[in-house]
Amino acid sequence: MSSVDATGLAHHFEDLEQQREAATLGMWAFLVTEIMFFGGLFGAYVVYRTMYPQAWDNASNQLDVLLGAVNTTVLIVSSLTMALAVRCAAKGNNRQVAGFTFLTLLLGFVFLGVKVIEYKHKWDHHLMPGPNFQLDGVVGGHEQIFFALYFAMTGMHAFHMIIGAGLMLWVILKALRNDYTPQNHTHVEMIGLYWHFVDIVWIFLFPLLYLLGKHGHAIGAVVTGGH
Amino acid sequence: MSSTVATPAAEPRTNYLNVDYGWKSWVFSTDHKRIAVMYLITIAFMILVGGSFAILVRLELATPAGDMLQSETYNKIFTMHGVVMVFFFLIPGVPAVLGNFLVPIMIGAKDLAFPKVNLLSYYIFLVGILLTLLAAAMGGIDTGWTFYTPYSSTYSNGQVALAAVAVFITGFSSILTGLNFVVTIHKMRAPGMTWFRLPLFIWAHYATSLIILLSTPVVAITIVLVALERLFHVGVFDPTYGGDPVLFQHMFWFYSHPAVYIMILPAMGVISELISAFSKKRVFGYPVVAFSSLAIAVIGFFVWGHHMFVTGQSTYAGVVFSVITMLVAVPSAIKVFNWVSTMYKGDIWMTTPMCFAIAFIGLFTVGGLTGIFLGTMGLDIHMHDTYFVVAHFHYVMVGGMVTAFWGGLHFWWPKMFGRMYPENMGRVSAAIIFIGFNMTFFPQFILGYMGMPRRYHFYPEEWQVLNVLSTAGATLLGLGYLLPMVYLPWSLKFGKVAGKNPWAAKGLEWETDSPPTTFNFDKVPVVTEEAYAYPEGARHQPEAKVV
Repeated sequence: MSSVDATGLAHHFEDLEQQREAATLGMWAFLVTEIMFFGGLFGAYVVYRTMYPQAWDNASNQLDVLLGAVNTTVLIVSSLTMALAVRCAAKGNNRQVAGFTFLTLLLGFVFLGVKVIEYKHKWDHHLMPGPNFQLDGVVGGHEQIFFALYFAMTGMHAFHMIIGAGLMLWVILKALRNDYTPQNHTHVEMIGLYWHFVDIVWIFLFPLLYLLGKHGHAIGAVVTGGH
Repeated sequence: MSSTVATPAAEPRTNYLNVDYGWKSWVFSTDHKRIAVMYLITIAFMILVGGSFAILVRLELATPAGDMLQSETYNKIFTMHGVVMVFFFLIPGVPAVLGNFLVPIMIGAKDLAFPKVNLLSYYIFLVGILLTLLAAAMGGIDTGWTFYTPYSSTYSNGQVALAAVAVFITGFSSILTGLNFVVTIHKMRAPGMTWFRLPLFIWAHYATSLIILLSTPVVAITIVLVALERLFHVGVFDPTYGGDPVLFQHMFWFYSHPAVYIMILPAMGVISELISAFSKKRVFGYPVVAFSSLAIAVIGFFVWGHHMFVTGQSTYAGVVFSVITMLVAVPSAIKVFNWVSTMYKGDIWMTTPMCFAIAFIGLFTVGGLTGIFLGTMGLDIHMHDTYFVVAHFHYVMVGGMVTAFWGGLHFWWPKMFGRMYPENMGRVSAAIIFIGFNMTFFPQFILGYMGMPRRYHFYPEEWQVLNVLSTAGATLLGLGYLLPMVYLPWSLKFGKVAGKNPWAAKGLEWETDSPPTTFNFDKVPVVTEEAYAYPEGARHQPEAKVV
């Protein structure tokens, strides 16, 4: 019953402007809930980092900064291609929308691929939290909580990326059907917002998980004369 | 408000109920009114499920010995009572049924902003229910509805992970509903429907939706962590690895205290509508009542620590939480005073909804004031985890939210289905509910004050009289709840046909047909006056009052 007319206007809106405003507000409100969702994890991170700073440094230094940095770059570039896709949609150039979205999708897969390599590495080194967790021969240290949060945070992030990849496919499909017009391209705009949000979460995760520990470790090394 | 629809009275017009038949026209419907009806049926079923668990609890407590159920079974029964009632009735009750039906109509819109998302939220809700019932069937959960760690993560014998997934999923249903309301109220108001012309029902739903959006995601991620802990023993809440179980409580109550306001705020919105309509007066201090909803939403986020006075939280944190808890009582009190002032010198018409509304004011006040007792740190040390707490939150939740739900359902029943319910039956059931409720829960204040702990299925013999009184009251209360479940469906066929506006009340919903057409209005209404614009000294039509 939710019928849509030729210009893409749904029956219950007065005009496209109202429809676009509603979608935009809805998307932003949804992203607020996402911030609160990840906020719970960030809160737990802060609490335990304060409780166990040393364990946090130790565990953080098990992460591969190079791979993390590569992934950060990949995601930032994917945000650029996404933004370009939205811009092309605003001009009604559906072919380019499909192209840029495809690039974004590829970069998303590169990110996930790197993540798989990292996870595999942690698995091989008994860094999966649980009964088999082991770091420097110590079983069940506080480092385990770091890794529990590491997997929860990056895992939730990766899950959002996978959903994002599905949305990219949808955009490509619509672009190939020439659905986007300068008057109505809200769809790709909203998905763009979502993708940027997922990027921004990573922009916070990377320093918190990979870099701060490095920093703390370096200072610790100076103060205690080496680890 | 302009009258928009001219109806020939005799011809049954096309409306949202008779526009289309067949199951497909329901299960795939994106009409907010049909989705509201589907929610209503589902929730009515869940009341029966949660209610039967309550019956088992009260039956067990009729005797001091734990003779009917084993301890383990009793734990599962009260847990299921809590889980079902909180997540599948109290939280969605008013917003998903009455809110879904009325929010678009009251602001003059054709539908919610995202009709498909609305339907999706219903199916997510349904999946949550099915998983919960599955968890119950596969052995149940015994953690209490609060899922406290490390009990839920390490020691529980039940289906915690499955139940956690169920609650997680259900949370998204409520997030999507809240999101829909926020966007709809911002962007879909009819011409002339300014913020300060909105009915207070809308303000209450707006405040509720903000709480849903900000708090529900936090409990979602918390529950994910509990499930991870339970399945893989990752250590986040496990003290053996340095995890902190109290962190779980902080994260849980960061949602679950605001969730209390998710339950009560929409109910307060209902009460504002009822009091105004049946006193024939504009709600006293309209802007103050509107802002008090927002104040509750904001302050409600900073009081969660009052659930944790005895968990080893720092004394200073406790003092701060205690003080803020006192503050959150202020906007609630403002509402109560303003409702009473609205009734003053009004032409009060004691219909069934009005009986429920007045019952609400009394019961909610008792529930609210005893909340002050519990928010006082020193007293809470004595009363924590006793039946005093049980009685307190039942006064707020059941005496408040459920009473308002019945009141609202009766009030808008003629609008939803075009038929009047039997008025005298309604009044009788309101009276039975009021008496039964007080008989059930007032003795529990005394029991709790004397030290009877919650969640035990046996107790010293000297407490039996009060417990039997409570069980007897619960029986009466159950009867009171069953009555409308019989006569409301009965009225669908046999009730008197209701006109557009059987109460001669103000509000856009009373200007459209009963039941409304699929798009609610034939043409977009234009609003030219404030909400509840009853003339000075307005009186009910004498012939109307005879019913």
